[in-house]
Amino acid sequence: MESSGVGFVTPRDVTFAGAEDEPLLLESGRRFGPVTVRYESYGSLNADRTNAILILHAFSGDAHAAGRHGETDRRPGWWDAMIGPGRPFDTDRYCVICSNVLGGCQGTTGPGSLDPTTGRPYGLAFPVVTIEDMVNVQYRLVRHLGIERLLAAAGGSMGGMQALQWTISYPEAVAGAIVLASTARLSAQGIAFNAVGRNAIMSDAQWNNGEYYGKAAPARGLAIARMVGHITYLSDASMHTKFGRRLQEREQFGFDFSDQFEVESYLEYQGGTFVDRFDANTYIYLSKAIDYFDLGGKYGSLEAAFEKTTSKFLLVSYTSDWLYPSYQGKEIVVALMRRGKDVSYTELDCPYGHDSFLLETERQGALIASFLQTVNRHA
Amino acid sequence: MRDEAPRFSYDEIVGLIEPRSTVLDLGCGGGELLHRLILTRGVRGRGVEIQEAKIRECLAKGISVFQGDLDEGLKEYATGSYDYVILNETLQALHEPVMLLREMLRVGRRAIVNFPNFGYLVNRAQLLLSGRMPVNRDLPYQWYDTPNIHFCTRRDFLDLCRRLEVPILRTIDLRHERHVPPWSANLFATECCFLLQGSL
Repeated sequence: MESSGVGFVTPRDVTFAGAEDEPLLLESGRRFGPVTVRYESYGSLNADRTNAILILHAFSGDAHAAGRHGETDRRPGWWDAMIGPGRPFDTDRYCVICSNVLGGCQGTTGPGSLDPTTGRPYGLAFPVVTIEDMVNVQYRLVRHLGIERLLAAAGGSMGGMQALQWTISYPEAVAGAIVLASTARLSAQGIAFNAVGRNAIMSDAQWNNGEYYGKAAPARGLAIARMVGHITYLSDASMHTKFGRRLQEREQFGFDFSDQFEVESYLEYQGGTFVDRFDANTYIYLSKAIDYFDLGGKYGSLEAAFEKTTSKFLLVSYTSDWLYPSYQGKEIVVALMRRGKDVSYTELDCPYGHDSFLLETERQGALIASFLQTVNRHA
Repeated sequence: MRDEAPRFSYDEIVGLIEPRSTVLDLGCGGGELLHRLILTRGVRGRGVEIQEAKIRECLAKGISVFQGDLDEGLKEYATGSYDYVILNETLQALHEPVMLLREMLRVGRRAIVNFPNFGYLVNRAQLLLSGRMPVNRDLPYQWYDTPNIHFCTRRDFLDLCRRLEVPILRTIDLRHERHVPPWSANLFATECCFLLQGSL
């Protein structure tokens, strides 16, 4: 049987950029604060504080990466298979930290948080944030925990974007970057899907320009946004295997609109459960942050973006990921190679689409465990 | 594949490499040669390998490795970007050996290529006397399951170098790890290694 993992964990909060603290200077030029950060940590820091790994969650993730909050917690954290004693992010060796991103809705300050100047939720008064802004907040958290240099920053999808940004913004503060199913710039296709999601939310009358807190949330719009998103996370092959053309409650077509294919019912379910845990405005803000992400555009070229990085990189892409296809991971690798940086790349042949980095934990885990063992060794 | 057949002496390859140079090892396997070069020559090295299990071995040694198919060439690599590009025991397994050789000479200031010599006496004798494809300690595969699809003799390779106008800087010819003089190597060497001048 599977080992018990990290067991029960307690999330913690810390607040930065308050009245006595330096405000956060956002990429947009705006100053912002205070920012409360929700985080969890697993394993312990060693005496010289050199064994910390920062896990960076993807779009709909949160700080709860591993373990359970209590007996009643139905499911463990979102990357539980990867984090724990003897697991790839081995909590017997490493101190693993995960925080909810700026703009999020799972404990870190976001559009649903109270604006201290008005006493009401920010809504659309919340500033537009970027991947770099998220990383700047994480940097404050890491320094707050007394860590000068992370052993690694690791994440998939939007988490991979943050890992890349870490190596650029804080080249001395991160020894290794593990970037899974990610890209240096969101493609037009990716922006298009995000736009559909935002449109679904904004066309829901209950969205009300983002002012729905305390009232009925734009649940239908958010559910549809999630359904679209979910399609992009899967693959033709995984959908075929999981659902095929099976009907949900009937054997044969009834030739009416109560016929439901299993895949439809799955999407309904995914959309339905999502609205219970996610805030529609956060969906809008985070999808925009991903849309803006373009390292080559921002720094002149992708090679120039990585000019100062000293980190060692591991990039993994997945053959069936059509949202962030392998060529996009390879572009990052080529730019790093051309600058003479230490970078390793593998493309895992794996059927689960973009979600592979959450599901194909065994093979990617073995690669990551090997990488972590030697991350401080440069060749 | 390289594990099953006897391999070319790493010591001989190490001897060809200048200290603190940059090395690209194509078909690097688990990174053993690169590891050795890093430890004994202080090189900055990188590998290309296609098998996932081997990539994991490289990572465990701290070696940077790119999962790629050599039959797709080296388009990711800039011209003249490495001091040495090594193709160790892999030439004969490629679909387009000439294309890759050209690519190696473009990317590397020097190229090192070695391969089993099909012209070795025992191979010739087996083919002549038994009328069957040679199978022996140097060529341990049956014709139908061999990874080696482009065998050549030492003389064939010399002809190719001449045709491509590639200067040969050094040759190392071995019969089971013992040196064989060049004049008799096509008949007596089991393994041949060439240090070639890059095209830059």
